[in-house]
Amino acid sequence: MQLTLEFGGGLELLCDSEKIHKVNVDLPNGADSDDFTMKHLLSWVRTNLIKERPEMFMKGDTVRPGVLVLVNDCDWELSGQLDTVIEDKDVVVFISTLHGG
Amino acid sequence: MEAGEEKSKKAGGECFYEVFEEEIHQVIVGNRLFKFGERVAIGASGGKDSSVLAYVLSELNRRHSYGLDLFLLSIDEGITGYRDDSLETVKRNEVQYGLPLQIVSYKDLYGWTMDEIVKMIGLKNNCTFCGVFRRQALDRGAALLKVDKLVTGHNADDIAETVVLNILRGDIARLSRCTSITTGEDGPIPRCKPFKYTYEKEIVMYAYFKKLDYFSTECIYSPNAYRGFACEFINDLERLRPRAILDIIKSGEDFRIATTTKMPEQGTCERCGYISSQKWCKACVLLEGLNRGLPKMGIGRPRGNVNGDYKDIKARSTAKTIESKQCGSLDF
Repeated sequence: MQLTLEFGGGLELLCDSEKIHKVNVDLPNGADSDDFTMKHLLSWVRTNLIKERPEMFMKGDTVRPGVLVLVNDCDWELSGQLDTVIEDKDVVVFISTLHGG
Repeated sequence: MEAGEEKSKKAGGECFYEVFEEEIHQVIVGNRLFKFGERVAIGASGGKDSSVLAYVLSELNRRHSYGLDLFLLSIDEGITGYRDDSLETVKRNEVQYGLPLQIVSYKDLYGWTMDEIVKMIGLKNNCTFCGVFRRQALDRGAALLKVDKLVTGHNADDIAETVVLNILRGDIARLSRCTSITTGEDGPIPRCKPFKYTYEKEIVMYAYFKKLDYFSTECIYSPNAYRGFACEFINDLERLRPRAILDIIKSGEDFRIATTTKMPEQGTCERCGYISSQKWCKACVLLEGLNRGLPKMGIGRPRGNVNGDYKDIKARSTAKTIESKQCGSLDF
């Protein structure tokens, strides 16, 4: 599926300083498109987009505390966090809040 | 309902920023933060909190006719690759928001940049120096601008972290002050924090939806800061129970110090006149240590006779070196 991924608040530095990535994600073998969740996407991002210091992006299975996730401009905490289903053409934004203000 | 979640439910539409702006307005009015016609300096670093603060405050000032004369005040600590970049952001903010900008530098005020300080003291206790110097620098910048008040972008997460930090250190004096929304009313320049109840997350979302320009990199010296532990703790806590942040602040507000606890008395620094609970203010002590090549001076709890130390310093400080500079000679 085609997705647009955005990285902000300093996270772009982990992905070759590119803020916006338009990507094509292959569904895991045999999976239904209904089964593709943020959990799968995070794993995909860690493997394919994060080029350095993955601990700044993820802690365990989920994003590091202090990283905001928006799926189609909506806070993922309202759509089930890791269980949020991701569909074709979705826009997912990761913003780090971990820096001075 | 948790502040963050309540607003998050409306995220993605205009409702989110309307609610955000209205809440800040209520905090300002409810806590009587400003008086009509005041000159107010916004502590602006180019980071997310101060950029959003500058934007929202100038917007509310217009919308609700607060009658405030707003300025941007920026401190240049002299940190290459961090501060020089974020200052570019503040210069852009000056143009974007139409607010006059004043920059005050450590080099001018103290004769030392943070880079030079770190070269001398190593990578520990950097934030102690920087924090102390910055606090005074803001006051001096505010005096230069002749403002009545200083406003900073400290948010709920910051204040909760500070409460935790002060508990971890047993700093009772600070613990009793750190949750006040306005501080320093008995000093030269009062300062207030309109974002006291605003979650860091909301500020980031606001900036994102409004496409506000801000600089977002960690200070290169911060990984070694003790505050980092409090920060991580608060972030983990927020994940489990978002309300905890506001609850910690509430606890902090309601702390009462036992009458039997001895509290430091507020006086003035003998060297520069700044407010201080010791004979010399912290900035003067740190500066003296730097100028004499004693990086540990002023760090940690004083041992033995504190007054004795100062007599000793006075006797020896008559010889002036090129770098030696008093922390300021403004009379308050």
